[in-house]
Amino acid sequence: MVELFIFKLFSILSIIFSFCVVFLNNPVYSIFALIVVFVFVINLLIFLGAEFLAMLFLIVYVGAIGVLFLFVIMMLNVKIRNLNFSLYRYLLFSLFFIFLSFLILINLRILNFFYITCDNNFLNYFFIDFYFSFFYFSNAFNIGYITFCYYSPLFLISGILLLVSMIGVLCLTLHRRNDIKRQFIYKQIQSSFSSHIKWKNF
Amino acid sequence: MEKFLRNMFVFLVYVLYIFLKALALIIPLLVSVAFLTLLERKLMASIHQRKGPNVVGFFGILQPFADGLKLFIKETIIPTNANNLIFVLAPILTFILSLFIWCVIPFNDNSIFVDLEIGVLFTLAISSLSIYGIIISGWSSNSKWSFLGSLRSAGQMISYEVSLGLIILSVLICSGSLNFNEIVESQRNVWYIFPLFPLSVMFFISGLAETNRAPFDLPEAEAELVSGYSTEYSAMGFALFFLGEYGNMIFMSCLFSLYFLGGWNFSFYFFSNSSYFWLGFKTTFILVLFVWIRAAFPRFRYDQLMRLGWKIFLPFSLSWFLFIVGFLICFDYLI
Repeated sequence: MVELFIFKLFSILSIIFSFCVVFLNNPVYSIFALIVVFVFVINLLIFLGAEFLAMLFLIVYVGAIGVLFLFVIMMLNVKIRNLNFSLYRYLLFSLFFIFLSFLILINLRILNFFYITCDNNFLNYFFIDFYFSFFYFSNAFNIGYITFCYYSPLFLISGILLLVSMIGVLCLTLHRRNDIKRQFIYKQIQSSFSSHIKWKNF
Repeated sequence: MEKFLRNMFVFLVYVLYIFLKALALIIPLLVSVAFLTLLERKLMASIHQRKGPNVVGFFGILQPFADGLKLFIKETIIPTNANNLIFVLAPILTFILSLFIWCVIPFNDNSIFVDLEIGVLFTLAISSLSIYGIIISGWSSNSKWSFLGSLRSAGQMISYEVSLGLIILSVLICSGSLNFNEIVESQRNVWYIFPLFPLSVMFFISGLAETNRAPFDLPEAEAELVSGYSTEYSAMGFALFFLGEYGNMIFMSCLFSLYFLGGWNFSFYFFSNSSYFWLGFKTTFILVLFVWIRAAFPRFRYDQLMRLGWKIFLPFSLSWFLFIVGFLICFDYLI
């Protein structure tokens, strides 16, 4: 009962914060709102029992992509936007998405919000299901098992694709200047007294 | 209605139970942070051949509490033009995350707050979240020193997280699990520091960089940036940053002893024992190393730091990971 309540709360909050991403004045605030949306969606994943995927999303989206966005927007020094114009331009479009997201909420039977059927007693919270704990394979195990057994060629191909894109980015952006002095640490460490200082007789 | 009330009562009892459990974890942690600062000051003093704090209490044992009281009583200053909400939020976020990360750390067999199947991933995720506290504080305090310090610190933490993750991968492939309990149990016969010695050294150095400790304490390089991202903070905000930083330090050394030093198990020829004491002992040993390094080494330059992270640690840990996988497949361990 409580889990369902928290699930609904988090889904509503994630929708509210995704509105904030679009409608807030300050772009840095809207990035924060985006991060909060990520966190709420990750919580939903945890409630659904996909904890491995949730942690991966947390590392990738919040830990890497969110930080990247925040970095870029802080460095760009974007002006605070006026809300007067362009609010109504996307109204129809956004209404469509509101409708879609509320469809999901209706699917979760939001109307039964305060309807209580469970007969929880005190023991349910402290009860260990031994059958479950013996015959339960973790999320990480299941995903790894399926990728290894059935989809290993596809997995390898996607890895190669990522590698190619990474090398492509490096090739596009690598620019080495030759007109500046550099420090060569190996050279510096390997230099010795005898190779650098000579005694001369005048 | 009666059912609803009963459910709410059960839920409240459950919440109280969790709250007490969390309190039993947090209070000893905060006390150990307090004594860590004392240990650092005493140790640094003895390395510098001076006395260190010796006035408050017996041999200065109450010094950290006096410091805490001082910081608590001081006036909180919020600079003009600072973004108030985020300025206040940043130290709280840092502090909470540094407490939150402890919930998956086991201290002995079955003494753990939540026994997650993916504890290692959880710690990685939370430590990547703790970057936000630093970036936010630098941006919101509206000062050039703080902003530059926070950008530096964020770059440093992100780049060393990569090498940290790759080093942990090798440990995971040896233990075959993402659960801390099983990682420790797999080291019952041999600690991973012996077969994976180079990786353990790299993990230690990356841990120094990840927690912004000397010789990688560039975020608060006093000579260049006044004190980095915490320049504008005073009183309680500063104290929270400080607590978070030292909590992260203890966490990193605890992680080192779980991954490489066999956690709470200790066995030497005929003597074998598993207790809370050993985990604490190993963690304290690593902490002493942290302090020793702070007293002994000069600070890195920023480009040297980045070079060490991306050009040395990353390729080496990746190639070592491939070597270990090949080695284990060769001896039919993995399949």
